Amino acid sequence: MTLTDLTRFLARGLAASLLLAASVQAQTSAGTAPTAAPATTQAPDEFIRSLSQTVLDRIRQDPELRAGDMRRVSRFVDDTVMPAVDFERMTALAVGRGWRQATPEQQRLLMAEFRVLLVRTYAGAISQVKDQQIRLKPQRPPTEEGDVVVRSEIVSSRGEPIQLDYRLSRTPAGWKIYDLNVLGVWLVESYRNQFAQEVSARGIDGLIRSLSERNRQFAQAKS
Amino acid sequence: MRPFVALPAGVHRILFGAVVTLSLSLSGCASMHDPQRIAPLATTPERAAAVDPFEPFNRQVLRFNLFVDDLILRPAARVYDRLVPELVQRAVENVLGNLHDPWIAANGLLQGKPAQAASDLGRFVFNSTLGFFGVVDLASEIGLPKHREDFGQTLATWGIPAGPYLMLPGLGPSSVRDTLAFGVDYSGSLKNHVDSSQARALMSGLDVLQSRARALPAQPFLEQALDRYLLIRDSHLQRRRSQIYDGDPPDTP
Repeated sequence: MTLTDLTRFLARGLAASLLLAASVQAQTSAGTAPTAAPATTQAPDEFIRSLSQTVLDRIRQDPELRAGDMRRVSRFVDDTVMPAVDFERMTALAVGRGWRQATPEQQRLLMAEFRVLLVRTYAGAISQVKDQQIRLKPQRPPTEEGDVVVRSEIVSSRGEPIQLDYRLSRTPAGWKIYDLNVLGVWLVESYRNQFAQEVSARGIDGLIRSLSERNRQFAQAKS
Repeated sequence: MRPFVALPAGVHRILFGAVVTLSLSLSGCASMHDPQRIAPLATTPERAAAVDPFEPFNRQVLRFNLFVDDLILRPAARVYDRLVPELVQRAVENVLGNLHDPWIAANGLLQGKPAQAASDLGRFVFNSTLGFFGVVDLASEIGLPKHREDFGQTLATWGIPAGPYLMLPGLGPSSVRDTLAFGVDYSGSLKNHVDSSQARALMSGLDVLQSRARALPAQPFLEQALDRYLLIRDSHLQRRRSQIYDGDPPDTP
């Protein structure tokens, strides 16, 4: 694997990952109505399938969204994607041991900055939505805690399928995504050491500062 | 070990011997089915230190690689991407990929996946003829999808541990095992057995440009990292592990 291989896979991953459940059109008939079953009784792969469909439809109907307008993308993520994500768990896993030492206020800030970081990447990926379709792969049984991995791949007319897996947990409010895997790389895992390094060098506040600084740099670079 | 192409005599044996000795001496005796040994992840700072003992050196190499990328590679890839239409880029990828398929088939076979190997060989035959020297990837259309195998993965399935993580100048993230396997992959690929040295140079150049061009959209993703070195390393280690297990690795503790 060369550097170009790696960046190529990051690029393809970018397209896929940030569509979270997105870039995708359920392979069953295009006209399938969203499942009416309450989220708790729904099968996890059906949950992913219908979420993907919703996300994709909305992206296709909204040119401003596809153009990567940050405010638009941010609102879209809040309205459509976030209800399906256990973002607190996702952030906690990425921060690792430091999370439990953090005060509620620090936790709130960490989630806010991490969210901006991800939304920014997401905004770039939305423009890549074209003719992609999702293909669900055979599922494995859930763990004892009720967590489950939904495995899928994104197929399009250009290039090889892109592996896209989700980790979901069953909550009283239905299935919630707390990690996703693009081409073999789990999102949380790829942040964990970066976050741990900041926390051990500069503490929780140091991590919050680094994240918000990164986000500010990017906001400036964009404008 | 010399399935489809003539290789310099003994190269494989020597390299293989070196791989085995080196990886074993670096990592002690590995048990075949301990996934952590086959593909270690840097899940915690303590684990990271064990997987990446040469971190200071590797960081220097990455600095060099990123410098070269900023200075030459990325600007060149941008020009290439702007000048060359998508259809042509696809053809370039297909032709180069096609020449590599027999070696992918060979590795499939070495990993005990004869059906996959047959499919990959079928791809090569089909695409080289009806696909017009590989310009069109017809095989994918008829249900013979592309696979990604290399000799490093083959060694991993034989139980050879990765050894320390390495960042190679110009080549990117690797490991001791994969670095040694890289030489075998190089001589195994038909790309490097084309008669004309000019054609070989042209293909290598195109390969680098084309791959880099495809990766251009990932630049913001790299730049938003708190620490690019860690992002690249931790992504690479996961990605490799996933490849070794064909996309479905067992859960890590």
